[in-house]
Amino acid sequence: MPNSPSKESHFVVSAGAHIHSGESVPKIMWTVFLALLPAGACGVIVFGFAALKVMLISVASCLITEALIQKLSHKKISIHDGSAALTGLLLAYNLPSGVPLWIPVIGSIFAIAVCKQAFGGLGANIFNPALAARAFLLVSWPKYMTSWPKPFNVDGVTSATPLMMMKEAHVFNISQMGVSYMDLFMGVRGGCIGEVCIFALIIGAIYLLWKRYIWYQTPLAFIFTTGILSWLFGAQGFMTGDFLFSILSGGLILGAFFMATDYVTAPLTKRGRLVFGVACGGLTFIIRKFGGYPEGVSYAILMMNAAVPLIDRYVRPRRYGTQIGTDARAK
Amino acid sequence: MYEICAYLCNKYMGILFKEFTKGIAMENPIFGLVLGLCPALAVSTSAANGIGMGIAATFVLLGSNIIISALRKFIPDEIRIPCFIVIIATFVTINEMVLKAYFPALNQALGIYVPLIVVNCIVLGRVEAFASKRRVLDSLFDALGMGVGFTIALCFIAALREFLGAGKILGISLLSGFEPAAMFVLAPGALLTLGLLIGLVNYWQFKKTDSK
Repeated sequence: MPNSPSKESHFVVSAGAHIHSGESVPKIMWTVFLALLPAGACGVIVFGFAALKVMLISVASCLITEALIQKLSHKKISIHDGSAALTGLLLAYNLPSGVPLWIPVIGSIFAIAVCKQAFGGLGANIFNPALAARAFLLVSWPKYMTSWPKPFNVDGVTSATPLMMMKEAHVFNISQMGVSYMDLFMGVRGGCIGEVCIFALIIGAIYLLWKRYIWYQTPLAFIFTTGILSWLFGAQGFMTGDFLFSILSGGLILGAFFMATDYVTAPLTKRGRLVFGVACGGLTFIIRKFGGYPEGVSYAILMMNAAVPLIDRYVRPRRYGTQIGTDARAK
Repeated sequence: MYEICAYLCNKYMGILFKEFTKGIAMENPIFGLVLGLCPALAVSTSAANGIGMGIAATFVLLGSNIIISALRKFIPDEIRIPCFIVIIATFVTINEMVLKAYFPALNQALGIYVPLIVVNCIVLGRVEAFASKRRVLDSLFDALGMGVGFTIALCFIAALREFLGAGKILGISLLSGFEPAAMFVLAPGALLTLGLLIGLVNYWQFKKTDSK
């Protein structure tokens, strides 16, 4: 009898042998927070003290809202894990520096209370809280959300963002806008606090890629899809678009590296992330080219957030032990 | 003799009262049964619209519930839904004509949602589940209760949305320094408000059943 109890008694039932990588949610969240700080510092340099105020208020009100809700619903207070702080920072990066200071407060409350805790807290939210809050603020108070202070100007003069010039003033050429690629790369332009300095964002992104906290599939697919589509379907005919301009202007780099890679709201597999990135890029291009808004990165990511369960369903990995090609999709 | 009469009257009134109140509280069409969401989401942009839509739906509910309850023995079971729809559509048409003749502004604001009452789940639901099986008087109170419940729910959603989205209630500005969030009078605001309110109602109900 091969299965006699006496033989089985040699086998001790225990948990599988797993090596703990030493990572934890707080560690990852605070590292991402750290990686975002250079871009915030550049935002403060470009837009002045007002940008710092928006960032601080946004982070603080996110932390307070999270603590308050967890206290009221008798959950463990987990503001030390950094996810609320990260949401606050990302929300601030998505705001113009000249907003009245109640805008980040209301945005933070909406992000944490409605978009995160109402769905069940960290890990259960469908949409990226910071982006959902930005969409809420943009629809609710467009007056404040679309007036961009001019770089290096403290007396409240506003200017258009490069993408707004492209959309509304029908300027097709970067030299007509009075900015150079270097200006766009270093962040000398109108825009949201965190999106302007591409250089600082890329430093943070490289650090995260090196630490393997984010994956290259989504950001690269996102950026190249947007760039190539913009180049192919330029304003003056086929293959006349400006590849570099479409990448450097707007919030594409910030969105692709730091928000489309959010663990909670992105697909689980590599193929899924690729699909997610390409679809985000396509949607961004469509919104920029045909939509009512000059910039579409945030809406593209939000729309694809809703499609993530569907993507995950269609890119299920092969079951271990089955033959290649026969069980790609479990029935 | 008088005592028996009073007893019966009392008992019967109690039943009627129960039919009336269930539509307002426990089986509220919006928060309890989650029916008729299409008008509840679409026309609840201002409190005035909410009241108008609520009264219009109550009228249709009342008319169709009474007529179908009276005709319940004559309507063959196999073709009952077409029969119900014909009766409901009659009342919706009367409703629409009255609105067009006497309240053109309200008719303009409610738009397509007035003729759409004909496919409103609350009306067909009450007719199918209640009026086609019960006496006329019961059906009348059921329709009244459901109509009032629908109107209250709609007014509540609409007032909340109008206040948050436009800073007014019934067109009257309330706060001077308040900058309304325009999203609440747009489509996403409707879904958000309704979802959060249903969540709140469920929370209270669970709390009540837990404490029992």
